Amino acid sequence: MTIDAAIAPASRPRGPGLLARAFAGTTGPVVTIVAVLMVVWYAAAVWLNAPLVQSETPLSTAELVDATLALERPLLPAPHQILIELKKTVLDTPVTSKRSLVQHAWVTLSSTLTGFAFGALLGLLLAVAIVHVRSLEKSLMFWIVSSQTIPILAVAPIIIVVLGAIGVTGLVPKAIISAYLCFFPVTAGMVKGLTSPDRLHVDLMRTYDASPSATFWKLRVPASVPFLFTSLKVAIAASLVGAIVGELPTGAQAGLGARLLAGSYYGQTIQIWAALFAAAALAATMVGLVGALEGFVLRQMGTRR
Amino acid sequence: MDASPLRDPTIGTGAAAGGPAPGRVVIDARALSLTFDTADGVVHALSDVDLTVREGEFVSFIGPSGCGKTTLLRVIADLERATGGSITVDGVAPAEARTQRLYGYVFQAPALLPWRNVLANVTLPLEIFGMDKASRLEHARRNLDLVNLAGFEKKFPWQLSGGMQQRASIARALSFDPKLLLMDEPFGALDEIVRDKLNEQLLKLWAETAKTVVFVTHSIPEAVFLSTKIVVMSPRPGRIIDVIDCDLPADRTLEIRETAQFLAIAHRVREGLRAGHSYDD
Repeated sequence: MTIDAAIAPASRPRGPGLLARAFAGTTGPVVTIVAVLMVVWYAAAVWLNAPLVQSETPLSTAELVDATLALERPLLPAPHQILIELKKTVLDTPVTSKRSLVQHAWVTLSSTLTGFAFGALLGLLLAVAIVHVRSLEKSLMFWIVSSQTIPILAVAPIIIVVLGAIGVTGLVPKAIISAYLCFFPVTAGMVKGLTSPDRLHVDLMRTYDASPSATFWKLRVPASVPFLFTSLKVAIAASLVGAIVGELPTGAQAGLGARLLAGSYYGQTIQIWAALFAAAALAATMVGLVGALEGFVLRQMGTRR
Repeated sequence: MDASPLRDPTIGTGAAAGGPAPGRVVIDARALSLTFDTADGVVHALSDVDLTVREGEFVSFIGPSGCGKTTLLRVIADLERATGGSITVDGVAPAEARTQRLYGYVFQAPALLPWRNVLANVTLPLEIFGMDKASRLEHARRNLDLVNLAGFEKKFPWQLSGGMQQRASIARALSFDPKLLLMDEPFGALDEIVRDKLNEQLLKLWAETAKTVVFVTHSIPEAVFLSTKIVVMSPRPGRIIDVIDCDLPADRTLEIRETAQFLAIAHRVREGLRAGHSYDD
């Protein structure tokens, strides 16, 4: 067997092929979608940017296509232009420079994480209060839901301006907006999670004459863990949106939101898209980290098979 | 009924130890009733129920669904409150019996906490009672031995079969050594082969632990095989229509189900069920 394998390692069939395996998981479908998107994107870039191409002499089709994909301020930048811009601002620019996207991302990330920490904590406390005091559910839940119907874009400038007037600027106002956006999914998820134990388990605790706190810590909290991570994933993404929105109204000097705003002032579409990609990558990374933590915790609890 | 060897002499009523004297009364219900107000009107879940369960007995409640057998068990456990009549558990009200942790309750489903392994599930009540860790482990190990689950301490519920899960839940109910074991159709969801096996094990366990057991079932063979006393119940309103002493020998094996004595008792149970239930639906 080992000799055979050494002689002809490639000719021996070993279950499904690489392609089949890729499509059995998520790799195949994801790659396919990305490829389709790229084709559509390039086609759209050519089509949208063509009117912007200026030339003294008539261009051949190939020259026109090349030109549409190499504009300095295209209507729709081509993916490779965004990647080049990302490489330039992430890898080739020192982190200390104001042009470094890493620095801007860090500014946004710091207020995202601060807002997330406070928002998640607030969301948790509200959920615990609501689960323990039934009358709070009727009185608080209405306001909690209402708070999320207010468009954040309208509230953000108010918060920034009011806090700015009393001398609070920088990270804190942005973190407040983040917290405002991200406490809700945590409250909603945890109210559901903490009340998720079925009747049987609640009866079981009753037969032990368990105190409310014993029931809380030994039954409700562990039962709510899957709900917690699901809501944290939503919350951390919402928190990033909050931080970016918080950077828009004042024309902040730093942060991904500031880059978006500056880019749109000066028609720097490539810069806008690069900031957008950085924000998406940031969100994906944070959600991924929460997901990894979830996997770890659930495995530790023995509930994930 | 041969319950005397199982009686705890320290709390007995003075009956001579070893003799076939009735044990102390553990559950005493008089004219017990329970009505639920539902959207469709008042439902008489229990109506005028008189019941005496003595120490060391194995009493089964049997009847069709809706006859109030589970409700009666839940009233004993203080999971429901009776709306009329009186009931005492070990001489006190059910609520007090519950706070004194006089009974262990086994539900229809194993109700194990999925994030706790078998050992941690069995120690759950002991943690809640504030027992120290060494005693917790000692109690849990002893009771896991009793239900033949030694060696499965580190397994999580999803790694066990349905029968093993229910055995773990029995070990959990016994872990704090309650006087009374209340079981609500514990083997109802299991297949017949597993159920037979667990019935035999339960009888052995009952003999070893000398608990008073109240057992809800809808299986006639199960009731006759396990019980010293069978309470036949009937629905609409939920009431007791017959109480049958099941005086088969204490050391029963599954073969006893073929004997004439067994079949005679099973027949009487079936007659009782038929009399109380018109089968018009």
